[in-house]
Amino acid sequence: MAEQTLREWLLTDTPTSRRHAKLSALYQGWLSFRSNTMAMIGLGILVALVLIAVAAPILSPHDPFVQDLGNRLLPLGTEGHVFGTDSLGRDILSRLIYGARITLYIVALVALIAPVVGLLVGTVSGYAGGWIDVVLMRITDIFLAFPRLVLALAFVAALGAGIENAVLAISLTAWPPYARIARAETLTIRSSDYIAAIRLQGAGALRIITRHIWPLCISSLIVRVTLDMAGIILAAAGLGFLGLGAQPPSPEWGAMISEGRRFILDHWWVATMPGLAIFTVSLAFNLLGDGLRDVLDPKAGE
Amino acid sequence: MALTDNKGEGRASLPPWIKTTLLTIGSIAVTMLGLLFITFIIGRVMPIDPVLAIVGERASQSTYDAVFLELGLDKPLIVQFLYYLWDVLHLDFGTSLLNARPVSEDIARVFPATLELATLGIIIGILLGVPLGVVAAVRKGSWIDQIARVLALVGYSMPIFWLGLMGLLIFYGILGWVGGPGRVGIFYVDVVPSVTGLILVDALLDGNWDVFKDAFSHIILPASLLGYFSLAYISRMTRSFMLEQLSAEYVTTARVKGMSEWDVVWKHAFKNIRVQLITVIALSYANLLEGSVLTEIIFSWPGIGSYITTALLSADMNAVLGGTVVVGLIFILLNIFSDLLYRVFDPRAR
Repeated sequence: MAEQTLREWLLTDTPTSRRHAKLSALYQGWLSFRSNTMAMIGLGILVALVLIAVAAPILSPHDPFVQDLGNRLLPLGTEGHVFGTDSLGRDILSRLIYGARITLYIVALVALIAPVVGLLVGTVSGYAGGWIDVVLMRITDIFLAFPRLVLALAFVAALGAGIENAVLAISLTAWPPYARIARAETLTIRSSDYIAAIRLQGAGALRIITRHIWPLCISSLIVRVTLDMAGIILAAAGLGFLGLGAQPPSPEWGAMISEGRRFILDHWWVATMPGLAIFTVSLAFNLLGDGLRDVLDPKAGE
Repeated sequence: MALTDNKGEGRASLPPWIKTTLLTIGSIAVTMLGLLFITFIIGRVMPIDPVLAIVGERASQSTYDAVFLELGLDKPLIVQFLYYLWDVLHLDFGTSLLNARPVSEDIARVFPATLELATLGIIIGILLGVPLGVVAAVRKGSWIDQIARVLALVGYSMPIFWLGLMGLLIFYGILGWVGGPGRVGIFYVDVVPSVTGLILVDALLDGNWDVFKDAFSHIILPASLLGYFSLAYISRMTRSFMLEQLSAEYVTTARVKGMSEWDVVWKHAFKNIRVQLITVIALSYANLLEGSVLTEIIFSWPGIGSYITTALLSADMNAVLGGTVVVGLIFILLNIFSDLLYRVFDPRAR
């Protein structure tokens, strides 16, 4: 009974407060999102990934770092090692489970840094206009014109290999599209009447940007970030594969593929399993991103 | 890239097309300068002492100082940047620390391998991706459309280096259908004289079919891999361009007139998406150059991607930066090229 009324309260046409209206809009978005099966599958995979990462010590059957040279390269389905073992006898399943933490760590950091930088550059550029706009957008264009992986490679070369530097390098190559989006949004918002009204009330540029423009840029940025996540994961895995990301013995998935590459013809599972993990997670992000785009930004859909 | 914002304002003395051209050239120049500046800065913040890398750790202080001055490291940063620009304009990227040869020579040697791979890749991508996209649009919602959708989604989600490994495992390791890593088998190395650097073309010029077959069996797997990734993008874009055209009124008119479906699709609708399609293809060609970095490593393909990575792992700074600049410049040029094509061939954009 209580649930029914909550649902009615959420779906009302006459919200009683701003918070009520906001919650109602959120709930309706969720309802339309929920009807998208593929997006729900993506969301399910990602929730599972987060849970796996959190509960890694409980879930993993072995220590991901302990070597057991007597049990090297055991095949799939071996007793006690469902996904087999790698060249140092470490349990692949346990390493995959701990690797989920690294993947989430990288994705979360990049998803925090790149859109925020893009939002800053884009809104300042769009709101200020004039030569600030020209200079900032020219810089954005230059970064946009660079091939991303090669730029990331060069950055990592300059900063030194490692997971934090890989995150930095990927963020440095990932922010320009966000700046473009934020600028475009700002340009349309800037000239609207309510901004003029706020300005007449005496609001300064800082207040207008942070309180009135940023909130309106968020939804298109979220969609873009979700769609970019797959690319971020693939880039991080690529850097890891090249030996420029997470360093051994860290169970980063890309680095695991690189380790398994040497035995690909005789012991195929060592490289195959982490690849399937990367594929699953980036597929999940793509599915989720498509679903979110349909809900938050119906114009951009096909 | 929004190269210009030509709104037809400003000094009225210049005809608009001259103004547009000048603005375009100016913005290309600024973008390239920016690219060179970024690589220059990367070179400066690298944790490698460029002097030590040349003279070695046991050199005397006087030798060190001499090289320090010779490299112009005592000058202000902006002067150093100008020196760097001057060198790059003369295609001088310094010498490789690994083999003491000019980096530009090395790049000229490895580049044809990448060019050959990426070109074959884009050809595969176009030949399969465009028809797939058109059919998916015409039969929207059919099983072909679904397959095209899944193919694209998988392409966007797949780590290219892993798919390459799996390809090697299946088609080389298990089935034995294709040649393994490298450009040719060990018996065919340097058999045909290198004229163009593209081994398939060289073998044809020499009339040596054995080499051609062997080289083809080596290139087909990595090229198909790159082709698949460009197919994912090209087919999606083709589909959405075609859907836009097919919903236009002139298509309905053509159908009402009783024109055959083939003519409606290929003679009318497809004709109108050619320009958009060419820009998409130019963009995916640029992306293939990048995608080839990881592919080349998997297949031990001696191209520019392998070159940059090898140099990176052995801290060969000049080689890394030289390779980065070359790839970056080609990338920018292809972007500009696709932008220009659009302007030249699309009457609405003029």
